[in-house]
Amino acid sequence: AEMAARPSEPRLVSLPLSRIRVIMKSSPEVSSINQDALFLTAKATELFVQYLASYSYKHGRGKEKNALTYTDLSHTAEECETFQFLADILPKKILASKYLKMLEKEKRDGEVGDDNDEDEEEEDEDK
Amino acid sequence: MAERPEDLNLPNAVITRIIKEALPDGVNISKEARSAISRAASVFVLYATSCANNFAMKGKRKTLNAGDVLSAMEEMEFQRFMVPLKESLEVYRREQKGKKEARKDKDKKADSEEQEKSREEDNEDEDERLEEEEQNEEEELDN
Repeated sequence: AEMAARPSEPRLVSLPLSRIRVIMKSSPEVSSINQDALFLTAKATELFVQYLASYSYKHGRGKEKNALTYTDLSHTAEECETFQFLADILPKKILASKYLKMLEKEKRDGEVGDDNDEDEEEEDEDK
Repeated sequence: MAERPEDLNLPNAVITRIIKEALPDGVNISKEARSAISRAASVFVLYATSCANNFAMKGKRKTLNAGDVLSAMEEMEFQRFMVPLKESLEVYRREQKGKKEARKDKDKKADSEEQEKSREEDNEDEDERLEEEEQNEEEELDN
């Protein structure tokens, strides 16, 4: 039985140039893009994806469980200067409960002259 | 032209494949991580385009060219991309040139098929002439 032919040679570029072009043209100040520039941008994007993935895996904790996690990526954006332009779109995650506690603390810190009510607050471990 | 939000995304299957190529075999990539990398890639394209465009404007050009993109990479501190980019560009240019010439040959062939009939007649005359020439040469050599 014959297998369907699959391309085994590495393709020069995998990302579709047409889609790359759409993204590039969404920049209002760009008039036109020559074919070589389009190709290079697509190829550079592939290299970037590989670099981001491998760097994050190498420096992150996901590999302890044989995985690449969102936290690894977010960590990279924060720690590595080259990837800092991604910081806004890869924010650190925070547990909702921690966030709520942060809000409460900010509120308490803002109220001047109050007794410290911490003794009355209990951590609800049963939630 | 208004783009739909999904048009600014890159195809998931391709992104996943590229990620897998960069990691050791068998490493799991969470959907969240994959999605984040895809978004990062789109942002990268925008950032690179904006940067390249600055170089084009400096050169008073309206069309982004290869040099602008390469300069952008350096500016963005991705010097490590320079060598592989330049090498692939060479291959790409050769491929494009080959395709162009293949199209030219295809056009030529189409034309020549139209003229096939008249050319056959010409060829017969040509053959006769060649034979005569050869005979003349032989005669000369003998002399």
